[in-house]
Amino acid sequence: MPNSSRRREGAGAEIEMTSEPNISERFVAHYEAQKRTLPGAGIGWLGALRGAALEGFAAKGLPTPKSEEWKYTSLAPLARLALVPAAAVKNGLSAASLPWLLPAKAHGHRLVFVNGRLRPDLSAPGRLPEGVALTSLASALAEEPELLAGRLCSLGALAEQPMLALNTALMADGFVLRLAREAVLERPVELLFVALPGAEPVAYHPRGLIIAEAGSRATIVEQHVGRGQGPYLANMASEILIEEGAALRHYKLMAEGDQAFHIAMAHVRVAARGRYESFVLADGGRLARNEIRVRLDGPGAACALDGAYMGRARQHIDNTTFMDHAKPQTTSTELYKGVLDGYARGVFQGRILVRPDAQKTDGRQTSRTLLLSEGAEIDTKPQLEIYADDVKCSHGAVAGELDEDALFYMRSRGIPEEMGRHMLIAAFLGEVVDQIASEPVREAFQGIVAAALARKAGGARE
Amino acid sequence: MEAMLEIRNLRVSVDGKPILKGIDLDVSAGELHAIMGPNGSGKSTLAYVLAGREGYEVTEGTVRYKGRDLLAMPTEERAGEGLFLAFQYPVEIPGVSSTNFLKTALNAVRKYRGESELDAMQFLKLVRQKTKALGITDEMLKRAVNVGFSGGEKKRNEVLQMAVLEPTLAVLDETDSGLDIDALRIVADGVNALRSPARAMLVITHYQRLLSHIVPDRVHVLAHGRIARSGGKELALELEAKGYAEFVEAA
Repeated sequence: MPNSSRRREGAGAEIEMTSEPNISERFVAHYEAQKRTLPGAGIGWLGALRGAALEGFAAKGLPTPKSEEWKYTSLAPLARLALVPAAAVKNGLSAASLPWLLPAKAHGHRLVFVNGRLRPDLSAPGRLPEGVALTSLASALAEEPELLAGRLCSLGALAEQPMLALNTALMADGFVLRLAREAVLERPVELLFVALPGAEPVAYHPRGLIIAEAGSRATIVEQHVGRGQGPYLANMASEILIEEGAALRHYKLMAEGDQAFHIAMAHVRVAARGRYESFVLADGGRLARNEIRVRLDGPGAACALDGAYMGRARQHIDNTTFMDHAKPQTTSTELYKGVLDGYARGVFQGRILVRPDAQKTDGRQTSRTLLLSEGAEIDTKPQLEIYADDVKCSHGAVAGELDEDALFYMRSRGIPEEMGRHMLIAAFLGEVVDQIASEPVREAFQGIVAAALARKAGGARE
Repeated sequence: MEAMLEIRNLRVSVDGKPILKGIDLDVSAGELHAIMGPNGSGKSTLAYVLAGREGYEVTEGTVRYKGRDLLAMPTEERAGEGLFLAFQYPVEIPGVSSTNFLKTALNAVRKYRGESELDAMQFLKLVRQKTKALGITDEMLKRAVNVGFSGGEKKRNEVLQMAVLEPTLAVLDETDSGLDIDALRIVADGVNALRSPARAMLVITHYQRLLSHIVPDRVHVLAHGRIARSGGKELALELEAKGYAEFVEAA
């Protein structure tokens, strides 16, 4: 069955490719058409950056499985789309209809982006404490471009990251969060990205920049949802600077539309005694790839990257991490757990690098996957590169099926089989979801997992 | 009157290898039967077949339970009908708390029996009554099912589940294995408390010592997949004295 379907896709691609420009040419055309109207168009350094980024992208093109970092994730289905740049959507949504993750009582500082651009009419940034600034990228570029000079693209390597380069060339909006020294944000920043795909498949490239100065603290909740039908590309890039002793919790929900491509890359630098915690929940999209690259750049820097994903039908979910222990006494933990059904495919690539002087490093990485069907598949690629001798590093990747002994035990106590499966899957994901430090986020994510499992159980009965 | 459990010429293979080679057994309400026998005689196979575990192929024979074809029922339906298997090796279920497990099981069984489901308060009250005698603490109930439990705790947990689910037919598979003398007494007291004229029990054990605490009405020796001998409670003592040698050699 899967083979015949793949063949159909392949045949369609050939027909399209003979008469249409290829995807890289399309993106170059997007740039040529928009370069005078993109935010910050008059700013010299930014123009040069975008130009260099475009060249970098054009030289490499879309990543393909030939590149080591994209070995298991093919963008061929994306390349077949006749993407157009997403235009600003001024209406078509009401504030009341937005699917906020957190309940009203827990809500914090809310920004809403539609097709990648801020919608001030839907946003509610609220009162920010002294020392905290939250703006759109477009307004930051209009009002204080000097702040961004030298910071945008300070962490990523354009020449090596085609999708980051593409984002940099075409970024039309996004967010900038600045926390001054010792600033503490009690309530979370909530960033809601809503896709409204139109008649033609759109592409947008939101950009995030977080600067957490020494001793500051904040929680970010980033949500990506799709409304309506149709394919689109959300190509997100973020840069996150955690300065000495600062701490940031970053929660992300990927719940894009069924035909969507979500590709995201976060570059994080954590200075001495700083801490970055990330949790990514993937529940949606045709293809979702979330890549996080962290540099632990001072003694005592710490990072926890966790995630849960639920793949069904023909979804493709890719979590790729790179943990660069650049300095001594740095610690990292990673735990990703996924449940794959139907013909869903999961990818976990986790690279840990311990540089020569990064003694007393502690790095742990675990990937666990439950495969619920014959057609589901997981590819894991852990990579440990250790150049220091006094370190503790471990990785483990396990993929398996539901524990039939446990299921029999449950059934022997009267629990119906489907309910037992449901409980075992919930327990499996619970091991990571229940550890989320922020209570409202934890409850919201638990709710999403429960709803997804209930959908699945409902589907099984039909 | 028909016995609660009627096993006729039961033949079972595992991976194509015959394990049970024609079992006949009747157990009536109010009775407690012990199945004894050497290792590898098929005792646990019998327990698993009654509970409906996959991988056990019934090649011949019938099992009727309360007048119905037991072998045709899915495992959870057997539980709903009042069959309970206390496992020799209770299964660990990480991430599912004992309380949640027990409550879900009880309400599933109650639903099957056409009874109303219990809410959290009613459930807690019921469980508190049962845990005390078994020495099961609230802390144990909060932990994941059997995870990190000692051998004795696991067996006590089996008896707690049995007490909560109130089966009509309880099958206890080597419930005494791995228990010290104190734990054995606690478990035996828990089992004895459940004996009633309406309930039947099938106690599978290798050793006689459990049967001095749980006194059987009938004792059967299972050897080479057949019931080689049946008798009263004194048969257990005879086996304790003489061992299983005569049954092993009779192959």
